[in-house]
Amino acid sequence: MALHKLTLFELQRKFAAGEVSAAEIVHAYGLRIGQVEPKVRAFVNQTKDQAMAQAVELDRRLKQWRKTEPLMGMPIAIKDNICTEGVPTTCSSRMLQHFVPPYDATVIAKLRKQEYLLIGKTNLDEFAMGSSTEHSAFGPSRNPWNLQCVPGGSSGGSAAAVAADECVAAVGSDTGGSIRQPAAFCGVVGLKPTYGRVSRYGLVAFASSLDQIGPITKDVRDAALLLGAIAGHDPMDSTSADVPVPDYTKALAKKHLRKLRVGVPREFFTEGLDPEVEQAVTAAVGELKNLGGEIKDIELPRTDAAVAVYYVLATAEASSNLARFDGVKFGLRTKETKDLLDLYMKTRQEGFGPEVKRRIMLGTYVLSAGYYDAYYGKAQAVRTLVRQDFETAFKEVDVIVTPATPTPAFKLGEKSEDPLQMYLSDVFTISVNLAGIPAIALPCGFSRTGLPIGMQVIGRAFEEETILRVAHAYEQAAQWHLKKPPIR
Amino acid sequence: MTYEVVVGVEVHAQLRTKSKMFCGCSTSFGAPPNSQTCPVCLGLPGSLPVINRAAVEMAVRAGLALNCRINVPNRFARKNYFYPDLPKGYQISQYESPICERGTVEISVRGVKKSIRIRRAHLEEDAGKNIHETGSSGSAVDFNRAGTPLLEIVTEPDMRSADEVVAYLKNLRDILMYLDVCDGNMEQGSFRCEPNLSLRPMGREEFGTKVELKNINSFKYVKDAIEYEIKRQTKVLNEGGRVRQETRLWNIDRGETAVMRSKEEAHDYRYFPDPDLVPLQLEKNWIEGIRATLPELPMARAARFVSDYGLPDYDAGVLTASKGLADYFERCVSVFNQPKTVSNWVMGELSRELNLSGIDAAESPVPPERLVELLRLVEKGTISLKAARELFPDLYKSGKTAEQLVQEKGLIQVSDEGAIEKMIDKVLADHPAQVAQFKGGKQQVLGFLMGQVMKASGGKANPGKVNELLRKKLAE
Repeated sequence: MALHKLTLFELQRKFAAGEVSAAEIVHAYGLRIGQVEPKVRAFVNQTKDQAMAQAVELDRRLKQWRKTEPLMGMPIAIKDNICTEGVPTTCSSRMLQHFVPPYDATVIAKLRKQEYLLIGKTNLDEFAMGSSTEHSAFGPSRNPWNLQCVPGGSSGGSAAAVAADECVAAVGSDTGGSIRQPAAFCGVVGLKPTYGRVSRYGLVAFASSLDQIGPITKDVRDAALLLGAIAGHDPMDSTSADVPVPDYTKALAKKHLRKLRVGVPREFFTEGLDPEVEQAVTAAVGELKNLGGEIKDIELPRTDAAVAVYYVLATAEASSNLARFDGVKFGLRTKETKDLLDLYMKTRQEGFGPEVKRRIMLGTYVLSAGYYDAYYGKAQAVRTLVRQDFETAFKEVDVIVTPATPTPAFKLGEKSEDPLQMYLSDVFTISVNLAGIPAIALPCGFSRTGLPIGMQVIGRAFEEETILRVAHAYEQAAQWHLKKPPIR
Repeated sequence: MTYEVVVGVEVHAQLRTKSKMFCGCSTSFGAPPNSQTCPVCLGLPGSLPVINRAAVEMAVRAGLALNCRINVPNRFARKNYFYPDLPKGYQISQYESPICERGTVEISVRGVKKSIRIRRAHLEEDAGKNIHETGSSGSAVDFNRAGTPLLEIVTEPDMRSADEVVAYLKNLRDILMYLDVCDGNMEQGSFRCEPNLSLRPMGREEFGTKVELKNINSFKYVKDAIEYEIKRQTKVLNEGGRVRQETRLWNIDRGETAVMRSKEEAHDYRYFPDPDLVPLQLEKNWIEGIRATLPELPMARAARFVSDYGLPDYDAGVLTASKGLADYFERCVSVFNQPKTVSNWVMGELSRELNLSGIDAAESPVPPERLVELLRLVEKGTISLKAARELFPDLYKSGKTAEQLVQEKGLIQVSDEGAIEKMIDKVLADHPAQVAQFKGGKQQVLGFLMGQVMKASGGKANPGKVNELLRKKLAE
């Protein structure tokens, strides 16, 4: 079997056993990237050459004494809003086109310690604001299942790279669905951990109270592996939780779901939900029942408010987080300015794309004197209610299963003129970020036109093991993950 | 019409932590530009703040000393505005829940005591410094100071004169320095004050329009700026005009204030809770532990100096204004129980030398024991008071003991009665006319004769003994 088709787990075993060298791995992926990348355009910046140099060095060292780490030699793609020392980190923005961080994000430091291989930095909607990668300043990525379709976003590059076998696994970030929605669109697995489970240090902030880094992988086992590698308390991130990291792969041992209560919220199966998606997810719920799960109808009554709450809170935080891009210290600085105000205005005018500007304006507005209580204050209050909805539900059930997205991947340009339609593509994922709880998206079928359909499994805070167990049991029974996109 | 001035004050006190408020960079002053920076205090994309526990502890110490309530939990907020010296485009500060609230500082102006209410004291980070060099086409920014912890202390509008404001600021500064949480250096900006004031017709309840004053870096300028502003606003009001709500800068050279920005130009800071920092939970026991270690504060200590040592109010005030000086005094008194004598020396000779060399009493090259040694020599009559005073600068600079110096300089006082009598006999024999005058009732001549004896002894004779023996001889 071609190396690039292997999962992280499979490739790890081969490498640990010495059946394949790091250089061979990088070479195989290099070839694959050469073949499909012109069509998919998952990367903002490829680092194959550095990866190869590192691989050669690694192989030389291992010849003397073969001692491997789990992620050693594994070609992993990193979303380009996560700081990598010495490697440009652009956030797919003109503002940071030439920004080279002098430091590593904590997740990168963890991966580097295991001697992973950075294969490239993946495309995203500018500053992770969007659901299609069409808001990238460097052009959109494509969905490997249908190049006319978007890969989703904002971690669209990471999801497309995994789906097209351009890397063995990828890291993304999820603020309102940015890992799960593209994973669903591209037919791969994406996990948004509990808020605080993975350090945000070095993740260029979009909305600090919602952002979370997580894995995008070829199957559920890989997600468990990669999550284990990046999770854990970080003294550099005050919002990271001091909760021990279990061996997530141990949670996958059970193949059945007996004694497990699965909640299905009726609010997620209403108008706007594509019938094919509804069918696939309903069938998947049936499969969970076959596996021994106890299916229960539940209510999450504030679901309809989640999108509105999100677009107040996320934009408010973003308007402040993006204030540092002022042309003074790093990133773009416009030439030819009259005075300080002119420098600020022109730099930001040229550096930011329209969606980022829209969100900065919206966020600035909701925090303004006289509007704060009506918008930000109210949204915080409703956020608490959304969280309580989940707390109430989780008294009755152990996991909640929903569609990951209302529709399969849409066509490029289809929603780019209508921000509201675009925002609604995250309607099923957003409330999870508001509640700060973990959720995983994984394939649960295909549309008649051959596009992947994703379902979402939501769990209690710090119960990633439970959602991994459910996802894995379903995946092994349904086997959707074995289907590969037609791209060559 | 006569007006009453109403003043409230904001103070930014730099906390004496080793590292910055939200990162591990050093806070020391005077390093090469941007040498004390890191991704966090430069606000690089992706960096995150972590609260400095030492700064929190200092804020709690200050809050307790200012009789404040410590808020648990309290949280940080972002104050959003653009300025080149502000790395993140927002300052991390505290807004809705400051760490300290509702305290008091006692002041006394010309014997009248008053309590100034503290509205709040909150933690925040300092900004960097813009540098505009002449001859250069652009400006530069030094971020060494960016992220230095500040405690912003805000009073209620409780002060009614420039003197009250100065008294408040002096007391506050003394307290913070006593607690060792701020070095109090006004010129270097470790203790910055911004009074805001308004006038109202005498007897009226409601406040007038408030003007905020900035750029004041000494107590003298505080007084000057407030008095200038009272005159200016009085003139405006008396001419039927209205005071405009604005921020004004004190111009040191011209001795006047000028508009910096008007109310319309004021920022909307769009405060909101900083999502990067979780609310600060402080253990009750931890706070009580800090309270237990608070030192005695200047006002209380001064009162004790008056009651326990019988010192005048003035001495007590001067000695307790500096913790080092007050400690020094008490160490002396503990082994040499003549408080007023010690006070004179500490406020006089010692302070003069300390001020000249810019050293705190705690680091005095003459430790209390050495000073006491000198005072004992005077007490025993080994040397004269005058000689001791003259000797002190050498004691301060040389590092030698008083005894050594007295020996070296041959300052030992002659107290031997036989030797003194011999000198007296000679003087009396040499000045028969004066002796006759004295005996004829002219008492003033005694001074002349004493002077002659002292001169004959080269200044070393014990003046008390000379006086005593001279009278005895003349009475014979």
